[in-house]
Amino acid sequence: MMDFFNDYRKLYLTALGLFVLLTILVAIMPAISNQNNNSPLPSEEPLSAAALEGKALYVANGCVACHTQQVRNLDMDKVWGKRPSIAADYADEQRTDLWRNTATLMGTERTGPDLADVGNRQPSAEWNLLHLYQPRAVVAESIMPAYPWLFEEKAELEEGDVEVPVPDAFRKGVKGRIVATKDALNLVAYLQSLKQAELPGSMAPPEFLYKREEKATATTGSGEDLGLDGAALYAANCQSCHQASGEGLKGAFPPLKGSQIVLDDNPEVLIDVVMNGYDARPEFASMPAIGTNMKLSAAEVAAIINHERSSWGNSARKVPEEEVQKIMDLLKQSAQK
Amino acid sequence: MDYILPKNRSKLFNVIFLTTFSLLPAAAFAQSESTGDSGLFSLPGILITITLLIVPVVAAIFLLVVKANALFKNIQNRKDSEEATRFAAYLKTLNVEQLEALQNDRLHQDYHLNNQELSGPFSPEDSKGLLSSVNERANIRFIEAKRKAIVRPGIDPALSRLILWFLGTATFWLVFGTSVGEYVGIKFVAPDVDQVSWLSFGRLRPVHTNAVFWGWSSLAMLGLGYYVVPRVSNIQIHSLKSGWWSLILINASVVLGTIALMAGINNGGGEYREYIWPIQLLFGIGLVITLVNYLRTVARRKTTEIYVSNWYIVAAVMFAIVISIVAYVPNFQNGLGETIIQGYYMHQGVGMWFMLFTLGLVYYYLPQQLNKPIYSYSLGILAFWSQIFFYTLIGTHHFVFSAIPWSLQTVAIVGSAGMVIPVVSGTTNFIMTFRGAWHKVAGSYTLPFFIVGIIFYFTGSLQGTAEAFRSTNLMWHFTDFTVAHSHLTMYGIIAFFLWGGIYAIVPRLTRQEPPQITVGIHFWMAFIGMMFYTIPLMWGGTMRGLMWMEGLPFIESVTMMAPYWLWRAIGGSLMWVSHLVFAYNMYRMINPRKTVNINDEAIKKLHSKDYELVDILDK
Repeated sequence: MMDFFNDYRKLYLTALGLFVLLTILVAIMPAISNQNNNSPLPSEEPLSAAALEGKALYVANGCVACHTQQVRNLDMDKVWGKRPSIAADYADEQRTDLWRNTATLMGTERTGPDLADVGNRQPSAEWNLLHLYQPRAVVAESIMPAYPWLFEEKAELEEGDVEVPVPDAFRKGVKGRIVATKDALNLVAYLQSLKQAELPGSMAPPEFLYKREEKATATTGSGEDLGLDGAALYAANCQSCHQASGEGLKGAFPPLKGSQIVLDDNPEVLIDVVMNGYDARPEFASMPAIGTNMKLSAAEVAAIINHERSSWGNSARKVPEEEVQKIMDLLKQSAQK
Repeated sequence: MDYILPKNRSKLFNVIFLTTFSLLPAAAFAQSESTGDSGLFSLPGILITITLLIVPVVAAIFLLVVKANALFKNIQNRKDSEEATRFAAYLKTLNVEQLEALQNDRLHQDYHLNNQELSGPFSPEDSKGLLSSVNERANIRFIEAKRKAIVRPGIDPALSRLILWFLGTATFWLVFGTSVGEYVGIKFVAPDVDQVSWLSFGRLRPVHTNAVFWGWSSLAMLGLGYYVVPRVSNIQIHSLKSGWWSLILINASVVLGTIALMAGINNGGGEYREYIWPIQLLFGIGLVITLVNYLRTVARRKTTEIYVSNWYIVAAVMFAIVISIVAYVPNFQNGLGETIIQGYYMHQGVGMWFMLFTLGLVYYYLPQQLNKPIYSYSLGILAFWSQIFFYTLIGTHHFVFSAIPWSLQTVAIVGSAGMVIPVVSGTTNFIMTFRGAWHKVAGSYTLPFFIVGIIFYFTGSLQGTAEAFRSTNLMWHFTDFTVAHSHLTMYGIIAFFLWGGIYAIVPRLTRQEPPQITVGIHFWMAFIGMMFYTIPLMWGGTMRGLMWMEGLPFIESVTMMAPYWLWRAIGGSLMWVSHLVFAYNMYRMINPRKTVNINDEAIKKLHSKDYELVDILDK
């Protein structure tokens, strides 16, 4: 036996053969089979030209170092998308060009949030631009790098310019108007395009595993409180624009503190805004249809609006879940007509 | 399949953390309390400010002590001179007899022996040079005196030059790569430290990883390999020229790759294959040249057997070439194909290139430093084959619970568990080689590096196995736990083994020892720094995973991590300073130091034309 391995050709060829064989079995064959046997979902929209440019910037600036783009089939990943990611979600990814490889961008670190469905969760272009210019202007605790070089300073706005309403505290001596460059707009277009496509009706999404114990089991069953944490839901869905203080950001996002819509005894408008968005006030950015995008349930909407109606000095009556459900049904019907 | 994490278990975790890691109390509380009122001392800004405040305060105290001491001396001197005036006045009052008595007293007090009472006036016969060679300038022994490297004959100066260039450039990339790493680590604590595109986090992170992978580790490995491969084959290296070519190509690859990444040219974001193919191709050609060189050397060897080191080393170079080809060939990289290849590539790069090659080096340098053969040749061979068999399977364990096929994930997890076999057999082999030679550790400045490497080879590798299981992956994946793990392994195992090897051979090649005290500083700072780096990240990463599992808002898990990231930056700074010390040691080992030997110099002067004494000596 040792004689066999004293022949260097036999020794190294055996080792190489074993390694290559295993490589073919666990890497190359599965890769080929996944490449050939998956195609994008019919509902998936291909990236626009702007979004493709934006994706190149996403790769060039190494965003994948901190942001994953995969919703795992784990209960804890539910916050990042409505269903676990499947092979078809990535089937569209092709080689970038002669020089650069395919960028599937699944990632292995989640220092920042997952972005697989960020186009649904945070579609507001105004928010995204301000966030790129200085993340701490909208999320005080953020440690994301700022990307001011994607913006330019101009004395006067020209036609087609998109101005970013940067709060004074973050202007750092910039006197003129802060305008998004083409690059910034492309990058935002890419982020907005990151949406989980709808599954065809016949196809059931994979299950989320390792389910968390329902908090409801701990409550005494008063029926009124299902244990949903309104503050946490607000933080996950609303806070990045309207801020933890409920005061919004001047010139960008309106305050909820003392807001007539929030405090109104009839919560119909408030629920409409949460579910379907709002763009009636020119001095503020338009609000996306967060509730519909995120498929918030009546219980979740109730928890969010009751948090808003009872925080920061706001005090309006608590809206029960049944009432929210009724209004949501009405809104759905009127939308269908 | 449903698995429910019991609530009380996660509470138990919290309790353990709260009690054991009370160094960071505010951090532990941050997750249960909402915002704002977490302790002031967990804020990085406060901690940095306090540190900055302490520096001048310490300096002020030091100055105060110096000043006070001077003042005290001044007063004392004045007192003494007053005393002297009074004494002089008293002496003036004395008569002649009293003065004579005083003078006699002084003579008696000053009397001492002349040291020749027993031997007489003749100098002793010292035929063995015992008396004349006493070294009266011995240093004060703050540190244990370590054994010096034994100069071995037969090292071709040309080969030695090549090896030193490999190791020298590797040292440069270590200092460069970890400077970048240190800066990137600081950005977690101070994200607005700069806002320059070329220095932004996402661009610098791959600069750091690639520089320490392809620059530091790979070049150091190849350099040490150029020593081992011909030595255990008992023959000269096949071609020095091709060795220089691979040195140049690999360095060029890292230089160009670094510039490209900073300029925003990135292959696609997959970890460790961020260099675009034309740049990585230079590295690949460097490897092919090296493989041919090593193979030809082994083919002409003068020994019957191929020593196990050369099994590992040559196989590692072959595998690295295979891995690079698989990673860069575009035919199966669309959609999830890219992810599957990425998982394969990044882990084979670590396990089949760095780990396999370094193990080969250890099989040579460890027995050499202990001056005894490796404990078991067969265990080394078992580890070799089982490493190939299991390690190749584990790549996709970086994508557990992702969209890649469930069965492939399971294969990766099973492979990760199988890694116990090569790791345990390798560790056993190394530890048993130490048997009966533990006393040598205290007298050696290389063996401590090997011991740390062996410890982390065991713990770091098995930690990888533990991370791969679905239940733990749930908690640790995507968190900084992974970052801690990769530093425990690439640093704790690979870097420490490489340092051990470098300190073992460079003094043999140059005949110059590094200062022992700076080797000690290097070792301890690197080791303690790594502990400060990894332990907080492991605690913090675990807590972060638990917070995610509890469904807490994501941003809370970011603020919770702040103090752990600060500790990481502190540990990283220690590691970084230790690399500067290591670079200094390299300088001391390589740069010829001119020390003047008085005797030699005197003889030389006598022989020079300025002295007419030459004639006298010759006669």
